[in-house]
Amino acid sequence: MADRLAADLLRPVFQTSRSYFALVGLLAGIVLCGIAAWGYQVYYGFGVTGYNWPVYWAFHETNFVFWIGISHAGTLISAILRLVNATWRRPVTRCAEVITAFALMIGAMFPLIHLGRPWLAFYLIPYPSERGIWPNYRSPLVWDFFAINTYLLSSLLFLALPMIPDFAMIRDRATGWRQKIYSWLCLGWQGTPKQWHRLESAMHIMALAILPIAVSVHTIVSFDFSMAVVPMWHSTIFGPYFVAGAIFSGIAALIVVMSILRKALHLENYLLPLHFENLGKLLLLMSLLWGYFVFNERLTAWYGNSPHEMNVFWSTQSGEYSPLFWTMVLFNFVIPFPLLAIRKLRSISTAVFASCCVVVGMWLERFLIIVPSLARKSTPYSWGTYSPEWPEIIIMIASFATMALLYALVSKLVPIISIWELKGGKQPGLQAAASVHEAETAGELL
Amino acid sequence: MKGVYGLYETPQAAQRAFDGLRAAGIPAGDITVLSSEPLEEWEFASQGHKTVMPWIAVLGAGLGLTTAYLLTAITQKVWPINTGGMPIVSNWTNIIIMFEMTMLGAVIATVVTLLVSARLPSRPPALYDPAVSNGRILIGVSRPHSERLEGIERALKTADAERIGRVS
Repeated sequence: MADRLAADLLRPVFQTSRSYFALVGLLAGIVLCGIAAWGYQVYYGFGVTGYNWPVYWAFHETNFVFWIGISHAGTLISAILRLVNATWRRPVTRCAEVITAFALMIGAMFPLIHLGRPWLAFYLIPYPSERGIWPNYRSPLVWDFFAINTYLLSSLLFLALPMIPDFAMIRDRATGWRQKIYSWLCLGWQGTPKQWHRLESAMHIMALAILPIAVSVHTIVSFDFSMAVVPMWHSTIFGPYFVAGAIFSGIAALIVVMSILRKALHLENYLLPLHFENLGKLLLLMSLLWGYFVFNERLTAWYGNSPHEMNVFWSTQSGEYSPLFWTMVLFNFVIPFPLLAIRKLRSISTAVFASCCVVVGMWLERFLIIVPSLARKSTPYSWGTYSPEWPEIIIMIASFATMALLYALVSKLVPIISIWELKGGKQPGLQAAASVHEAETAGELL
Repeated sequence: MKGVYGLYETPQAAQRAFDGLRAAGIPAGDITVLSSEPLEEWEFASQGHKTVMPWIAVLGAGLGLTTAYLLTAITQKVWPINTGGMPIVSNWTNIIIMFEMTMLGAVIATVVTLLVSARLPSRPPALYDPAVSNGRILIGVSRPHSERLEGIERALKTADAERIGRVS
């Protein structure tokens, strides 16, 4: 059974099809287009984008918040499930943790992409400066720097540590240059009881530490907005609202990624309907929570009837942004709710469809938080509008391609399901694999 | 001889081998156990479970907190910037930096403790067999005394070893 597990899960590491190279080539091409669009934007300046007075935060910031939100899929969910000892988590955790690491990297790129002179980004880093200018620790943007980097480093370590035993497993099966690389990557892992115990202890402590870090990261991203006295931004509810939205979009992204991996890597015996159903229930819960926060936020603004806020409010409810707002409500609540709540409708396909809707809906939500408030700021003479130009659109598409490309590359380097964790848990994936193996063996005997 | 070991398919057989070696007079600390998954519920795999890792994590957190406090407070005093009427050393906002660096300190301390206490990176051990990666459990003794070798091999064999290996 252990052999079967390893054979199934290590197959993508050792075998590469032509279609894989074609996919990587296509994705790399899109990423290069994105880099070219960014270069064009840097060379000609922000005049080539749709950014214009008074909307100086738009697509890039939407993507920043969106990707940081998506990053909550992995480490947060993985840490929670690890701490509550949910055995069904085992095939899911690494898929999720990989999303976190890459989504954070992509998200953290957008503040740099937004800089007119990205080579001066090091101004954010606290270092003794001969210019006599130190980062202002009262600025939410500096908080972002600390929060995102802490989360990124922690998430990378949280992802990398459990990979060590799997690297050792690949080392023992590989030959030639591959064996040398994995011998180096596994750090000489042997699998002594002491090593296992230390690894488990470290993962437990890190899970405890990462939960508050993850919550703090999106709270701090929300502070980028709520600390400013801008209509519909200056809200005490923004912290938890952003965290809930991040977990919501993160779970949706995880379900979509799992469904793709399941098909592409033939992991049907490991990523079971049970996993989609459980994550679907979590998605349903977060959809309700998200709806609750939106209602709270909107009701408070409407009840207060402040003219500044009402201008923004009505622009999203019945004005120029209303099609986006109602599409968001449709995609984040109206469609997912029945699909995930009614037992008869629950299936892998419906969970994936609902998740795709949520991913789009949450991107729209980020856009609707940022742009209408800037376009309808306090005084009518400063009102404006925003529509993206091709550089922003291509950069956004390239960010999705980057995610797919990084995922495709990592699935060649490590088993996307942790083999030792799957072996260690007497859980459904393992049993399913065992039963398939037994059935096949029986078939061979007959 | 560098060592002798047996490979076992099940934890039950590995436990029998472990018990056999103990009965043959080998101290538990001298018995090498290698597996491809944690088997902490078994006695043979319950060595070295005492750890101060949580306390070192707390220490790392304290170090991170102190560093963050000093970084923010000293910076703000040396380069005073008046921002929105806030005090020069603005603890409300500095708490955010302190929190992040506290958690970062805990995480880094945990990882360093893991690497040091699990002796990673390490050289290939005297006793190792790639079959461990295929789910087998290795029970063996490194550098056994020659007069005990026969007893060790008997103990490993009687526990239904799939294979007995010698490393010379």
